[in-house]
Amino acid sequence: MAVNLATLRSNVELALAGRVAAPFSYRDRHAVETVSTGIAEIDSLAGGLPRGALTEIFGSACSGRTTLLLSALAARTAHAEACALIDGCDAFDPHSAVAAGVELKQLLWVRCRNIEQTLRATDLLLQGGGFGFIALDLGDMRADVLRHVPLESWFRFRRAVEDTQTILMVLEPESNAKTCASLVLRMEAEPARWSTTLETRALDFFKYPSSWLLEGFGIRAELLRSRMPSIATNSSQKPFASADRSEFFETNVLRSYLGVARMEPAPK
Amino acid sequence: MAFASIYVPNFPVQAVVRAEPSLRNQAVVLVDGTPPICNVVAANEAALLAGIELGMSKSQAAQFHAVEIRNRSRVQEKSAHAALLDLGASVSPRLEDTASDTIILDISGLTSLLGSDENISAQLVQRASALGLLVNVAVSSNLEVALHAVRGFSSITVIPPGEEAKCLGKLSMRALLPSVEILETLERWGVRDCAALAALPVLQLSERLGQEGVRLHELARGACERSLVLAQPGVRFEEEMALDFAIAELEPLSFLLGRLLDQLCARLEARALAACAIRTHFDLEDSFEKDFQVLGGNSPPQLTPKTYEKVLSLPVPTRNSKMLLKLLRLHLQADPPHAAILKVILSAEPARPRVSQGGLFLPNCPDPEKLELTLERLAKLVGQTNVGSPELIDTYRPGDFRMARFAPASDESTIPRKNATAATHIPKETPLTAFRVFRPEIQLNVELQQNYPTRIYFHGMRGNIIAASGPWRTSGDWWREDTWQRDEWDVEVRFDSVSGQSQKISSPRTQNGIYRIYYNSLRAAWFAHGRYD
Repeated sequence: MAVNLATLRSNVELALAGRVAAPFSYRDRHAVETVSTGIAEIDSLAGGLPRGALTEIFGSACSGRTTLLLSALAARTAHAEACALIDGCDAFDPHSAVAAGVELKQLLWVRCRNIEQTLRATDLLLQGGGFGFIALDLGDMRADVLRHVPLESWFRFRRAVEDTQTILMVLEPESNAKTCASLVLRMEAEPARWSTTLETRALDFFKYPSSWLLEGFGIRAELLRSRMPSIATNSSQKPFASADRSEFFETNVLRSYLGVARMEPAPK
Repeated sequence: MAFASIYVPNFPVQAVVRAEPSLRNQAVVLVDGTPPICNVVAANEAALLAGIELGMSKSQAAQFHAVEIRNRSRVQEKSAHAALLDLGASVSPRLEDTASDTIILDISGLTSLLGSDENISAQLVQRASALGLLVNVAVSSNLEVALHAVRGFSSITVIPPGEEAKCLGKLSMRALLPSVEILETLERWGVRDCAALAALPVLQLSERLGQEGVRLHELARGACERSLVLAQPGVRFEEEMALDFAIAELEPLSFLLGRLLDQLCARLEARALAACAIRTHFDLEDSFEKDFQVLGGNSPPQLTPKTYEKVLSLPVPTRNSKMLLKLLRLHLQADPPHAAILKVILSAEPARPRVSQGGLFLPNCPDPEKLELTLERLAKLVGQTNVGSPELIDTYRPGDFRMARFAPASDESTIPRKNATAATHIPKETPLTAFRVFRPEIQLNVELQQNYPTRIYFHGMRGNIIAASGPWRTSGDWWREDTWQRDEWDVEVRFDSVSGQSQKISSPRTQNGIYRIYYNSLRAAWFAHGRYD
């Protein structure tokens, strides 16, 4: 019996020679390489962005999705990786990106007008290959339009990046990629922080609005799904474990890049 | 010294067949002349076997059904000759441009590089085949011997030193190209080949045939010496094709472009070069309806140009004809010619090919050739101006930028260190709040209280402003038409209801939103510039 098995095995290996390198050797599908998002709190929460997988970031408007995107872009472009941003609603702000540390020369920006163009452009870039990071920004698209994106598109994207070094990140108002996403994060904004030069903070905004400054706002990121065994809660049993963990971090607004000046000094 | 002579037999036919490879195994006849008087001027061996004779009229040749008739093309002969020179230059820089169908190379000292004379000859035949030419090659230490042997013997002939007279002896007298009178005289004497001529006494030959007879005698003995007249092969890579019938569609045009690109790339490869740009020139057919643009009134009609030109610039030099064809197709689809095409000229700007050493630890970077193709496809999908790398402009105009060509660096050391616009007062570990821009900007209805915004309405949403900072006034370019003047506000809005679905902005539900709005003093209106996200 053992001899027959060995013969059978060698026959199969012979038949697959040149097409499959080692058909009977164990292939660890869960060995995922991750890279930093550029935000320490997200890294500790999710373990970083997985290569060769789809990462879904969703949340309502002003929830910090773009902040996470720009941080990840800054981290990847600093390592000379070629990055691409497929901008579904033409909302990318290069000034903001430069302030966040993105090296624009390493970034290919594709400005789309509708969902069809966006999906087609994503297909083209994934087929072209070689990009270290591809971001699909659907953050400002209507949720009902995104719900009509066929599930096969997400499967196609997942298959296209599988076994490559590409990180595919999707920004959406709602989660749509379902199980195609290896990492799902929900973003939520906390109230904004304002600072003032006035002596008492009891004064309201509208009496002396020019004395107030937007400082930033807090962002809460919740890990909804992770395929990475080290992150998932029940990793030994379930590779698709849902993880109910969250982290909070603050962001700061930088106004200096705009080169604007205040109109009048704040009254004391 | 050793010389290799390369000869293209039946050159006019081969020039046509090179541009139309499907004719290679068929009987081909070339006709020339002014219609209706066109006669057969060249034919390949298969056509001659079929019964074709030189000088036949075109109508007579047309009686042979298996014979393909083409017009003789000086343009294609010129291209074939350029390819022949490229073939020579691929082996030796010392070459003589003897005739349109013949070149001679000095191959002295090439043994260590390319092997024996037989190897060099075999390589020349192989490279000529890649260029679409079937050639004879003869190698001899005597230049004239090589030149006459190549015309007399087919395929490869290597003549060892000292055996020139013996080898040439088998050649017909006609191979020495004597004048008609001398040839007739020699034939009357019974001299048919070079061996018979070489056996004649030179003094008596001189008395009867003069200096021409002496020269022929020396040639027949392989004793005629002359030096190589060096030629410099040009660096112009151009292929041209005139069409019998105008082409109006892209698909048939692609076949022609593919052929021309194959020829161009083969020539570039022979010279160890690559193309950094491809110039396309089409001669267009006259079309009366499209040629005149009536501008109204009594203005004279303007004649549209009869030519079409396009330059395809490549980020890295390449000689991959398939990739170049795809790029050309995408270019032509984006901007097609306005009339049918009568003549196609493709020229390549030569450059040294890209040499790069791959590395195991280099960051991810797309292959430049694939990337170019992807960029062209993206440009076709979303428009040329919507693909590229954003580049900031040195101006205070809010949100101003331009799109540049995407050319990523593949080495980390080439990335400049972060221009720490920010890092002065903000800790590095704190991420900066990103900003999203509304393009085009959204017009708002704003309720004011003591000149400060307190409530906004846009796209069916309304909300109370619960915090605000501003106004921040910017203005500039007052000397231009597109001057700007705006008072900007950062506002935190609490949306209290949603009466309709926004076209531009997804519904914020009950979330607060932080927006940058501004009052445009010139248009006297409020706009939303974008939001913090």
